Amino acid sequence: MKVLVCVKQTFDTEAKIELKDGKIADAGINLIINPYDEVAVEGAIQLKEKGVAKEIVVLSAGSDKAMDAIRTALAMGADRGVLVTQDAGADEYARAVALAAAIKDENPDLVLAGHVAADDGSSQVPTRVAEILGLPHINVITSLDIAGGKAVASSEADGGTQVTEVSIPAVVSSQVSWNEPRYPSMKGIMQAKKKPVATVAAAAADNKVTILEYALPAAKAAGIKIEEDPDVAAVKLGDWMKNTVKVEVK
Amino acid sequence: MAGTWVFVEQRDGNIRKVTFEMLSEAKKFGDEVSAVVFGKNVKGLAPEFAKFGAEKVYAVEGDVFAEYNTGAYVAQMVAMINEFKPNAVLFAHSFNGRDFGSRLAQKLEAGLATDAIGAEISAGKGVFTRAIYAGKALAKVEVTTSPILATIRPGVFEVVEGAAAGAVVEPAVAATAADVYQTVKEFKPTVSARPELNEAAVVVSGGRGCKGPDGIKLVEELADLLGGAVGGSRASIDSGWLGHELQVGQTGKVVNPNLYIAAGISGAIQHLAGMSSSKFIASINTDTEAPIFNISDFGVVGDLFKVIPLLVAELKK
Repeated sequence: MKVLVCVKQTFDTEAKIELKDGKIADAGINLIINPYDEVAVEGAIQLKEKGVAKEIVVLSAGSDKAMDAIRTALAMGADRGVLVTQDAGADEYARAVALAAAIKDENPDLVLAGHVAADDGSSQVPTRVAEILGLPHINVITSLDIAGGKAVASSEADGGTQVTEVSIPAVVSSQVSWNEPRYPSMKGIMQAKKKPVATVAAAAADNKVTILEYALPAAKAAGIKIEEDPDVAAVKLGDWMKNTVKVEVK
Repeated sequence: MAGTWVFVEQRDGNIRKVTFEMLSEAKKFGDEVSAVVFGKNVKGLAPEFAKFGAEKVYAVEGDVFAEYNTGAYVAQMVAMINEFKPNAVLFAHSFNGRDFGSRLAQKLEAGLATDAIGAEISAGKGVFTRAIYAGKALAKVEVTTSPILATIRPGVFEVVEGAAAGAVVEPAVAATAADVYQTVKEFKPTVSARPELNEAAVVVSGGRGCKGPDGIKLVEELADLLGGAVGGSRASIDSGWLGHELQVGQTGKVVNPNLYIAAGISGAIQHLAGMSSSKFIASINTDTEAPIFNISDFGVVGDLFKVIPLLVAELKK
């Protein structure tokens, strides 16, 4: 079975966001593989270790910088990469069109991706890719079994856990709690440098959403801070909760 | 192109509050507001939506709609959009809502603004505010395709009652069993007497300072006293004290309750991203330099193991 994993390069989740000339400033920001995608890569590698997957192709759409995300996935254990060069301003629609075109060329049995990216937080692209390819999908998974031409996955749904079955080929998107991604080994990093990565141009697509402006949220100011004996502090905090917040006590 | 549709988020007839939030907000656009509900037996829910301003209730019933499934729901919605031509369709930004919205948008080759925390729809123009980088920045986006599609974050808009006709419309059923490509084998509801994190008015979260299950117990006790939800920082999730579904922060949930209490949480940027839009923030931390104090309305420098039991006793008075 051939597994294809979509990865996106994102800002480190600890990064402080600032604006420059009305845009999100990226100077000096540490870039990482989107944590949700990293989990998808790990999931693919575990499928290979179990003998379910034979080959793992890692795919990213973005600028040349996205090559780092591909190399990270290769160092973890993916076999080869495909970089679709695309403008950073592509929206979810254009991104999905570009990824789907590249996936079609690869014709995998299973497409994995993170269910959301830590930067734009859109949570759209895997589902859009599935629609373009005419494939079933399951989102936000925390476990996955592949057997008999079916994928069965548990998902973190609202108010509970949902177990869903689809036939493969399918698109499956991961929640971060699916697994614990491995760190690439020194050997893995060395090997990754020799693994093939193809570069292709993105399929043309117009954006359907226009970003009008960026802003930073109003900074919340610090209020009262007390450093007193616990009994005094508890009474003061309790008063504030009752009189200012007006909490209801059960 | 007229009217704003709100897709109803429900399970077995239990309507999620975000539905009423969306109906209330949609009234501000000045266009006719309708609720759209799919299910097995849902016509009877119409008065619930009328109470919050739905002039019409598009109710679609059938076995194929018994529980949410992307294929049948999208097929039905596409047919209804083609027939009734709404100006905008809003979904909840939930497990099902974002799934529905994304697949529908792609089928229509349309744009979609997900997880919107602000919405302005007028004269056929849809502009939404989205929190990006988990709330560290905001982006104002315009959906330039028709109908205007968006998913709305729960807990952001106020619920405002305002009676409307709530006239039931029963569109033709366009979806069949052949449209279904996912089989839901099981749904295991979370067994918890506590409200969901993104719907709770009070959230009490525990972090590294809880030191273990005993500290988390104190957090839970305080949450239960306030009828609130329990959350955690990445430290307490990674330590296995709480399940991932309770993580607040950039790779967890973004919450905006009336009151957020951070116990033993220092306030790493990725945690602050998930809770700093809370109306009131209180924090308890032994480290006087903890960044959480910079955004707290009420900060207590102290040991949560001492302060929480005393606070519980004080609140019970």
